[in-house]
Amino acid sequence: MTEPRVFFNFGITDDSHTLSAYRGRGGYQALEKALRTMQPLDVEKEVTTSGLRGRGGAGFPTGSKWSFVDKKSPVVYLCCNADEGEPGTFKDRWIFEHNSHQLVEGVLLAAYALNVRHAFIYIRGEFDLSYRRLLLALEEAREAGLVGERILGTEFSCDIIVHQGGGAYVCGEESSLLTSLEGFKGYPKNKPPFPAVKGLYQAPTVINNVETLATIPWIITHGGGAYAGIGAQNNTGTKLFGISGHVNKPGIHERPTGYPLKKIIFEDCGGILGGKALKAVIPGGSSTPVLKGFEIENVTLDAESVIKAGSMLGSGGIIVIAEGTCMVRLLQVLTRFYAHESCGQCTPCREGTAWMDKVIGRIVAGQGVKGDLERLEAVTSGIMGNTVCALGDAASMPVASFIKKFRDEFEYYIEHGRSMFDGRLEI
Amino acid sequence: MSCLTDKFDRLRATYPPEMNSSLVLPLLHLMLREKGHLTESDAIFIADYLGVPAMQVKEALTWYTMLHRKPVGKHVIKVCRNIACSLMGAERIIDYLKQKLGIEAGETTPDGRFTLLLVECLASCGTAPAMQVSDTYHENLDEARIDHILKELS
Repeated sequence: MTEPRVFFNFGITDDSHTLSAYRGRGGYQALEKALRTMQPLDVEKEVTTSGLRGRGGAGFPTGSKWSFVDKKSPVVYLCCNADEGEPGTFKDRWIFEHNSHQLVEGVLLAAYALNVRHAFIYIRGEFDLSYRRLLLALEEAREAGLVGERILGTEFSCDIIVHQGGGAYVCGEESSLLTSLEGFKGYPKNKPPFPAVKGLYQAPTVINNVETLATIPWIITHGGGAYAGIGAQNNTGTKLFGISGHVNKPGIHERPTGYPLKKIIFEDCGGILGGKALKAVIPGGSSTPVLKGFEIENVTLDAESVIKAGSMLGSGGIIVIAEGTCMVRLLQVLTRFYAHESCGQCTPCREGTAWMDKVIGRIVAGQGVKGDLERLEAVTSGIMGNTVCALGDAASMPVASFIKKFRDEFEYYIEHGRSMFDGRLEI
Repeated sequence: MSCLTDKFDRLRATYPPEMNSSLVLPLLHLMLREKGHLTESDAIFIADYLGVPAMQVKEALTWYTMLHRKPVGKHVIKVCRNIACSLMGAERIIDYLKQKLGIEAGETTPDGRFTLLLVECLASCGTAPAMQVSDTYHENLDEARIDHILKELS
């Protein structure tokens, strides 16, 4: 039996991203089915039954998120979070470049279920081909009567507006995304109230990831029950995994959840560069705690298994690190990133991320002092849980886990003023 | 400025009228494409056009990193320095570009052709190392590819 595929179900050609190609493989039939034979609540029920969990990183059940919204509110907004910026994550780009229509159809289905008149796709400002492919898809869809007034001749109308970000990582955090979409610098907001109650311009708002929304057409076509039958029990379906770093064949793979992590690295991606040993894996984007090579032995790619191993499934961006890499300098790459991307609103994160970056920088410069590791640990615990959004936690988890797992390397660097591995990042 | 406000008007028509304030970032992007870099007076111009506080637009201008506030070269090279690219040789790529262009990161060549910037993850982790040259992605970089890319640019 071939495994079901929600995304990798067609061959990529020069025009496989177009409307006619998408229709040729059954595209927009889910929309047709929903608008003609289903009530909005039926669509939500299928999504709830499917067990689909958000693909952006937090993994919140999509059906539950939708159920919190008062659909009778005069205005409900839908925002697709396409601000893909978590280092190690590049799956949404695949969807935009190869199958934007699948996302457009998913947005329309969600808009129908949630009584949304205007939906937004907040896309990373840096994206180029992704952005152009999305605009092309929307233009085709508008001309075909699939977006805009009275879609497919029904009472349902929905416009989709593409909004480009400005190069801020924090805008991938949902409340920050909304502040940015309202025309301000993207400061996150305290929750509650949650966006489902008070979101964009104080109206009930649902924010879903690109991959999450692009999965909805499959669920409507095949039924929520069929989707729930794929993959791991409490984290159903297939997922796009992006594997990067020291592997022979990096790239995107669609696999059912519950798929062995080791298998994706050693079989699907051809193993480690140069036949080296596996040193470490960051399993779900740069913010998730690092695992040592031997710790992934029995890990499967579903939320529970990765949590049990001490990390998180996150966005599915798997970063592979070979033996011989300097973990101290690699951590500096991350602390520099988080210090740069901290929005500046909360003191613990603004000061803490800069502080961590300075201490790591000093260690890398050969000027680390005794007590630096304890100092870094104290800073991480001072940040975690004390900020409005999760960026503070995201910045702290790599620091805490790198030091915990590779303490001897950090101690060696401080003591000798140089790297145990010649400062190597590239293998 | 009338030609610019025509473009502003067309963009504004694509958003629901009650979401006027949302146009701050799209208009800043539009103006950036027209002018190359933005100044405080550009922010005030947009604020006046939208009828929103000037401070709101100025804050946005200084907060979003894609909005250049200093003149940039004809071609803006943005090289990723984040984790996946670092593991695949971003430091080597950055050093090569610095040497080839004769400038440090953040600088523009004296002839005004190239600006070299270091940026965070471009979502090209599977095709690392990567850079953008004036929006266009270039991936799986090595020294020979960089030579070729720079040669092709006028």
